[in-house]
Amino acid sequence: MAIKVGMEVSVAMGEMVKLASADVIAAYPITPQTHIVEHLAELVADGELDAEFIAVESEHSAMSACLGSAAVGARTFTASAGQGLELMHEVLYVASAMRLPIVMAVANRALSAPLSVWGDHSDVMAVRDTGWIQMFTENGQEVVDNTLCAFRIAEHPRVLLPLMVHLDGFHLSHMIEPLLLPEQSEVDRFLPPNSYPLSLDPARPVTMGDFAPPVIYTETKWAQEVNLRASKEVILDCWKEFGDAFGRYYSPVESYHSEGARVLLLTMGSFSETAMLAVDSLRSQGVDVGLVRLRLWRPFPFDELRQAVKEAEVLIVLDRALSVGGPGGPVCSEVKAALYQVEPRPKVVSFVGGLGGRDITVSGFEEIIKRGMDIAEKGSASEFEMFGVRE
Amino acid sequence: MVKSESEMTWKDLEVGCIATEPGSARRYRTGDWRSQRPTYEFRKCIKCALCQIFCPEGCINQNAEGYFEADLYYCKGCGICARECPTGVITMVEEKE
Repeated sequence: MAIKVGMEVSVAMGEMVKLASADVIAAYPITPQTHIVEHLAELVADGELDAEFIAVESEHSAMSACLGSAAVGARTFTASAGQGLELMHEVLYVASAMRLPIVMAVANRALSAPLSVWGDHSDVMAVRDTGWIQMFTENGQEVVDNTLCAFRIAEHPRVLLPLMVHLDGFHLSHMIEPLLLPEQSEVDRFLPPNSYPLSLDPARPVTMGDFAPPVIYTETKWAQEVNLRASKEVILDCWKEFGDAFGRYYSPVESYHSEGARVLLLTMGSFSETAMLAVDSLRSQGVDVGLVRLRLWRPFPFDELRQAVKEAEVLIVLDRALSVGGPGGPVCSEVKAALYQVEPRPKVVSFVGGLGGRDITVSGFEEIIKRGMDIAEKGSASEFEMFGVRE
Repeated sequence: MVKSESEMTWKDLEVGCIATEPGSARRYRTGDWRSQRPTYEFRKCIKCALCQIFCPEGCINQNAEGYFEADLYYCKGCGICARECPTGVITMVEEKE
């Protein structure tokens, strides 16, 4: 029987890591991720969680410590955001290519300069190609649920990949929400013990992280590609079984009034909930609009996305990150790539907004949808529009 | 023994490209990197072993007569042995191919 609590989302995430009985947490605090690791440090110090909390001197060291921890088969958790995620960047590739099932929370934050501790998806997009499984969350309950799913997916014998759970900095990390936390027995039933197959063991010596000359490197990358794509099947199974056990179901692409809608808006993360209100408002005014929310970012859900938008005439994508000097929104450019071979396909309109913690309100989303419909009809001279920028 | 790297497909790789066979790096032919090879005038050799000590590859061993000679399977042709030899035994010459 779930326990009802009113709790800050970051603290709840820490509670879930405790319920998952993590063995090692190696992390460096950075806003807006701080409360997650602060709470875990307290749980370990108070003896409530029997784990090693490794207080490292930087994020680069945090991720490096996580490599070693995961390599001995310990259940491993870390968290970061923004500049911190950037400082661990090079080590992220090592974690995925070495198939080390580390779970990381990313409290999404803008990147300097100018310095901004507030939320957007610049940090997510900068680690797009690191080979991690990545999923977005919209509210505190989704963070709670998917932290549990994250360990099960990452450590699954057919996956063995690191996984990022993205939660929007402040908009999600710092909210106090009513939440359902599972009981320990429910977690133990759902999450099997970690059984990493080739862990470091003096009795059975192996070499991890050795080098690959040109004659074999291509094969290693293809193995990684096949493996990350194949993880989707396990992700889908996990979400199905989570739903059966806890009553809340998740899927790679989720919809809201999108069935048969002429116009669709696509969002990620916590802003999706505001966008739903805008969809409600516009539908009450007779606008034929629906919402599509991208939950699974890697592996990219090509089939589910094509299915979700196939009947729409217009697809408006809001990115909370900017590919400077490029196509504008990084998610939109991937959506366009996914739809290029499809006939018929909707006209795709790109907006970038909600940067560095700037809110997009319900009326803001209504404006984006109306403006997007206008651009789809009349065309635009630019690749994308920067929503809300003062000219 | 596992397949050689040039024969392996992506399916032959262990999880995370982990090498499960101890000492497999021995099969790596670093001698392929060589553009110069050491040649020897053993009559000058005083068997001091300085070349063996300085060799960064650790590939210099004593032959049947007790002279020090590089194993060309591993020798990268760096020439440090020739530079350090106090009696001028070793001369580096261009590899022809």
